[in-house]
Amino acid sequence: MTPKTLTLQDLLRTDFAPGGGTQEYFVNMGPQHPATHGVLRLLLKLDGETLRQVIPVLGYIHRGIEKICEHQTYRQIVHLSDRLDYLSALANNWCVTRVVERAAGIETNERIETIRTLMAELERLQSHTLWWGVFGMDLGAFTPFLHGFRDREELTQIFEDTIGARLTMNYIQPGGLLHDLHKDFAPRVRAWLKDFGTKVDEYDRMLSGNLIAQKRLVDIGALSGDEALGLGATGPVLRASGVPWDLRRVRPYGVYDQLDFVVPVGEKGDCWDRYWVRIEEMRQSLALCETLIENIPEGKTMLVKPAAKIRLPEGTFYEELETPRGIFGVHLHSRGKDMPWRFHFRSPNLHNLWCITKIAPGARVADIVAMLAGLDLIVPDMDR
Amino acid sequence: MAVGHAEGPGQNLLLTRLEDVISWARSNSLWPLTFGTSCCAIEMMMASGASHHDLARFGAEVTRPSPRQADLLIVAGTIVKRMAQPLRTLYEQMPEPRYVIATGACVISGGPFIYHSYSSLRGVDDVIPVDVYVPGCPPRPEGLFYGILTLQRMIRERAGLKHPEERRAPVTAALPEGITKQEIQAEMLELFEAQGRRNVHEEYRRTVSDPGAKGAYPGRGERG
Repeated sequence: MTPKTLTLQDLLRTDFAPGGGTQEYFVNMGPQHPATHGVLRLLLKLDGETLRQVIPVLGYIHRGIEKICEHQTYRQIVHLSDRLDYLSALANNWCVTRVVERAAGIETNERIETIRTLMAELERLQSHTLWWGVFGMDLGAFTPFLHGFRDREELTQIFEDTIGARLTMNYIQPGGLLHDLHKDFAPRVRAWLKDFGTKVDEYDRMLSGNLIAQKRLVDIGALSGDEALGLGATGPVLRASGVPWDLRRVRPYGVYDQLDFVVPVGEKGDCWDRYWVRIEEMRQSLALCETLIENIPEGKTMLVKPAAKIRLPEGTFYEELETPRGIFGVHLHSRGKDMPWRFHFRSPNLHNLWCITKIAPGARVADIVAMLAGLDLIVPDMDR
Repeated sequence: MAVGHAEGPGQNLLLTRLEDVISWARSNSLWPLTFGTSCCAIEMMMASGASHHDLARFGAEVTRPSPRQADLLIVAGTIVKRMAQPLRTLYEQMPEPRYVIATGACVISGGPFIYHSYSSLRGVDDVIPVDVYVPGCPPRPEGLFYGILTLQRMIRERAGLKHPEERRAPVTAALPEGITKQEIQAEMLELFEAQGRRNVHEEYRRTVSDPGAKGAYPGRGERG
């Protein structure tokens, strides 16, 4: 018996989905894909060009940081928190520092808290400029990438003056700050803020009003406030869905209780609202930084001996704060040693990721890139 | 090193010159693959995409999202055991001649995740051959540039039409002359012993080779 040879005509006539309808198939997106910003893998179940289901597959950058933390002293853990969400390294440092300080009963002074708040806000600007640039690039516009990175580079150099690192800061330590501010810090930040005030408007003119960008963002990936809360989404993703939940306002830490700012909130929770919330956040952070840089009180910047061993009392402690991507929490279980018994991070990106399973079904396959860019995911923070 | 090309039967002057020209052209038109797993990728983007540093000055800015169009793999960021197989696949999908730059402490030796991590690779050269190591956590854009310039010099001096896959020992960019990876690894082992820490990776290797050995992986040990 000779095997039957199928011609192209035969193939076209073949009924792959008996009983009518179309055939569903799977497409792998990642782990190496430029739009997933790292090594996130998404299994897409497609029907033609329409997304039926999105299954995130994690673990391609799982480094076991929580396990390593069990073997590190509390000072050493701070540098590991840099590597989780490296675009909000200072906020992560601050959260680890806060939980250790609360457990050890270390009181800080006004100068330390002001500088921490200022640094966190500058980092928010640094993170959002990168997000804006990459967001434009994901939509197919390369120019935003150049503009966003140009403004980010200047801020990176300002950080480098004081901290000595460009990306992985390790600056906010239990008991204070690693170094005092550089003598050029205040004038350089003032100059940058003055410059950046016009840049945000330039961003707005360049991308926000663009008709193609609007078509790709408005009414794409709408997420209601209840759904966002149910999925545990935080940060701009939650606020874009109309829930005004910002820890800086709800449970103030640092010197946020003395500051006046608006929490931008979206309406529909689509990609456009997520974009707009972040642009508005940049304006708010800019105003906060302008206030803070003029009001840094005098005082010491390190209140404990840097070489002193920190021992925490037995117990369980939890602290959280608002990073550029949402609520970052640290859960610490101590058994009275200088190392934790168990250390757990509540990372905002892991929870924000699951929004994609809710907003993607029904959308077109090209929209998933816009959705991922709108969620602003950092993969090492999910996998830890 | 370039002198060796004209030696051996079947090689003539014209071919030697052609090889030199091709190596020169190849070294100045590297097409990197867009591949980054973590922190180092951001500094790579700052170096390659941003206008301040501008990798285009060195002819290596055409980053390609597909491995089939790229000839330079910049491994930026930690590689864990689960990512090792996809990385090997990516490398094998790239057309020859292909080059690898390992940036950052994680892919050189394990970096911050060398102690007690059960999942990260201690050096990406367990999986793929590496041409140039660029140290740093993450390396500055200038460090990456030095690595790329080092690779360009290597290509001009060495790689030719006849032996595209042949390599000499890897070099470490931006470190004093004479320091090798073996020395760094030996120093790390000394640190392990001096601090009384357990080398989980080594224990795992030993367990695989001899399952009945003492100190079975992944024992939790006496931590108090």
